[in-house]
Amino acid sequence: MEFLVVQFLTGLASAASLFLVASGLSIIFGVTRIVNFAHGAFYMLGAYLAYTLTERLEGAFGFWGGLVLAGLAVAALGALLEIVLLRRIYRAPELFQLLATFGVTLMVQDLVVVIWGPEDLVGRRAPGLRGAVEVFGQMVPSYDLFLIALGPVVLGLLWLVFKRTRWGVLVRAATQDRDMVAALGVNQKWLFTSVFALGVFLAGLGGALQIPRDAVSHAMDLRVIVEVFVVVVIGGLGSVFGAFVAAIVVSELNAFGILVMPKISLVLVFLVMAAVLVVRPWGLFGKPEGPARQAPGVSIRPWRPFSPGERIAVAAGVALAALLPLVAGDYALTVGSEIIIFALFAASLHFLMTVGGLASFGHAAYFGLGAYGAAFAAKAAGLPMEAALLAGPLLGLAGAALFGWFCVRLSGVYFAMLTLAFAQITWSVAFQWVEVTGGDNGILGVWPSPWAAGPRGFYWLALAVSAAGIAALRVLVFSPFGYGLRATRDSVLRAEAIGIDRGRVQWTAFVIAGTFAGVAGALFAFLKGSVFPENLAIPTSVDGLVMVLLGGIETVSGAVVGALVYKALAIWLMSQTELSKLVLGAVIVVLVVAFPKGIVGSVEELRARRNRSEPNGAAFGAAKMEAAE
Amino acid sequence: MTRLLEVQGLAKSYGGVHAVRGVSFGLAAGEILALIGPNGAGKSTCFNMLNGQIRPDTGTIRLEGRDTTGMRPRAVWRLGVGRTFQITATFASMTVRENVQVALLSHAHQLSVFHRFAGRSHAGEAEALLDLVGMRADAERPCGELAYGDLKRLELAIALANRPKLLLMDEPTAGMAPKERVELMRLTAAIAREQRIGVLFTEHDMDVVFEHADRVMVLNRGQLIAEGSPEAVRRDAQVRAIYLGEGLVYDARHREGRAA
Ligand SMILES: Nc1ncnc2c1ncn2[C@@H]1O[C@H](COP(=O)(O)OP(=O)(O)OP(=O)(O)O)[C@@H](O)[C@H]1O
Ligand SMILES: [Mg+2]
Repeated sequence: MEFLVVQFLTGLASAASLFLVASGLSIIFGVTRIVNFAHGAFYMLGAYLAYTLTERLEGAFGFWGGLVLAGLAVAALGALLEIVLLRRIYRAPELFQLLATFGVTLMVQDLVVVIWGPEDLVGRRAPGLRGAVEVFGQMVPSYDLFLIALGPVVLGLLWLVFKRTRWGVLVRAATQDRDMVAALGVNQKWLFTSVFALGVFLAGLGGALQIPRDAVSHAMDLRVIVEVFVVVVIGGLGSVFGAFVAAIVVSELNAFGILVMPKISLVLVFLVMAAVLVVRPWGLFGKPEGPARQAPGVSIRPWRPFSPGERIAVAAGVALAALLPLVAGDYALTVGSEIIIFALFAASLHFLMTVGGLASFGHAAYFGLGAYGAAFAAKAAGLPMEAALLAGPLLGLAGAALFGWFCVRLSGVYFAMLTLAFAQITWSVAFQWVEVTGGDNGILGVWPSPWAAGPRGFYWLALAVSAAGIAALRVLVFSPFGYGLRATRDSVLRAEAIGIDRGRVQWTAFVIAGTFAGVAGALFAFLKGSVFPENLAIPTSVDGLVMVLLGGIETVSGAVVGALVYKALAIWLMSQTELSKLVLGAVIVVLVVAFPKGIVGSVEELRARRNRSEPNGAAFGAAKMEAAE
Repeated sequence: MTRLLEVQGLAKSYGGVHAVRGVSFGLAAGEILALIGPNGAGKSTCFNMLNGQIRPDTGTIRLEGRDTTGMRPRAVWRLGVGRTFQITATFASMTVRENVQVALLSHAHQLSVFHRFAGRSHAGEAEALLDLVGMRADAERPCGELAYGDLKRLELAIALANRPKLLLMDEPTAGMAPKERVELMRLTAAIAREQRIGVLFTEHDMDVVFEHADRVMVLNRGQLIAEGSPEAVRRDAQVRAIYLGEGLVYDARHREGRAA
């Protein structure tokens, strides 16, 4: 009993900093409608800066001053980011905003390693709060008690700011109706910057406050952002009070989950989140959002199947690829296999994202599930490779069927956050459930059948399976099902008004995409001969997103080109620089801001422009304007 | 005999605002019924309840005697209700023909077919529908580049794809040039009479209303205040008051805003 109370208090203490970060995210979203993926990065920066400042500054004043200063410094960085980057993308589709801020996250990850080194840093204890207080005969750190008190205090302060200051009233007005604030003649730019700075300040402070409790590490950004996403999904985006309640719920579930299910504690959080989503899809205290401003993939140039000429060109391309083993060496073929597998992975994500308009930030989950499925089939069930390649994707299918059922109830940013959270949960199960998955050590010795054991044989296998998979996806795009799916993406309103069951169609697409990702994952397991949790981690998901974006989000088959270019670049980059995340992050940001159509999209546009010298862009613009009325 | 559509005591409020209250009316097959009223009167709310997009607080809707209250839009559509929207909703990434084809595929329960090239399915029917609304020449054009008036006509073609018994048209001619309006409504009326489709439409242009409607209902602040033949409604004192007062001014402004 006493122990439970202490565990409860520990949970409450963890909730404080989670609440700070989540409320910051919510406030920013409320006004700017941007889900700031970089929020975790600012949290991490807050922790690192606080570490440095508290090491330099002396005494109690130095410590507490250091924490606040760290928060302020992060706020300044946030303001800078808002002015330099976000102002350019406020009107961009949500997907691009998420990606751009994710690019920033990647850059920060490498930067902190450059500045602070790769080792975890253990910060100073809080002066005056080093000891512990006895509660029911158990010792509770006094710093925890301080944090427990801090949460409600911050909530109260935010409430005061929003209710009692002119600025707060403006922020609330802007949260409710952006146009109204513009009409009031308020300087909207300044308002957005200050809101962003406040939100980021809360994130930085949340990170700074963690240093007496936890080591500072360069992986804490993704860990916290996933928790924060779970918090806002449960509490409701845009609601500070929702963030407060949900932070407590999630922290307590974590604290007690360790006791109930030490191996897979995150499952408990998952169950609660799932329950909330079923009852209140917009979170406990959130408001239903309108449909996404613009679903990804909507193009104004209708898609057409390949012309006979193009078909010949594609066949020739595949034939050329099949001839590669005659000239290339073993290393090139292994790299080639990997690229080809990722082309299938990217194509499956593209199907969901571009055709279905559902931007998944956790598509690697199904890739990884396919890989684990194949590994289980081969190692535990002792199936030969051929059978394992068939069985593996079934796990991807099952995962997609389960998670997809929840995900398609949401759209836009909620969908993105939820897919990410599910992927992270899958990852932590793979990571924590050591008996089954081998945890961090993965599963080794997943070897192909003899005929595919050499780089050549495997290359041909990968090419055959991937080409067939990509072709099947392409057939789907132009099938009646594909048309129905595009219909739900283009206009849910119209789709439902002509008898289309949006939820069912999108769920089916989710399962299809997950299954094809699973096929790619199963191939990947045999290519590497092993499976690791990182196969379903967030960076793999983001790789997929960047491939789709690079190829062109409004194209039918851009993903394949994107995968080829991106994977080749990434492999080359890894061999050239230590700072691959920095470069990759910068590439993402540049892509989003300057090159949003991607490679294939840009080529298509050039071609279209040449074919039709007389543009009817004016007519289109007029129609758009009126339709938007 | 039961009428095509029977509506009893329909009501919907948002917070404290009674958008629609106590609306009852009936509509026979082949009849063209206009629902008019100033901005914010609750016309779109009525349409949205009739096709299942929003659930009424109280009241019942019967289609050919069958209670459809609270059904999803897609279920209502399957029963033979087509609709167009005040702000057009079409599939921007498809050609004009494909827009109609999707509706035809859905009508034929063929959207779960995973192979086959959908671009060739129901081509003849799609042509015929586009021909009907005078858009056959535009069949291969991307829907995203159509002018607003063409989008409205495309919506009509889509709405006709399931051979509806009842057509709900929320401001079918808003945003069109006056000449186009008259043409579109003439076309609609001809189709409706020929195929015995019941039509409920709302319209701000009184010329259009009085030329085509068999009957007119007037909605004001959520309540029906008059109902009858166009002549009777035109003479109704209460209606005149609304339309000569604020309503008409607001209305003119409304229309200007749209043309801009
Ligand atoms: N989702 C909603 N939330 C709150 N109020 C709403 C909502 N939808 C409509 N209303 C209100 O209900 C009333 C009726 O609106 P409705 O759109 O039905 O009017 P209308 O007759 O179609 O007007 P218009 O001629 O401008 O299209 C209005 O006062 C409107 O503000
Ligand atoms: Mg209306």
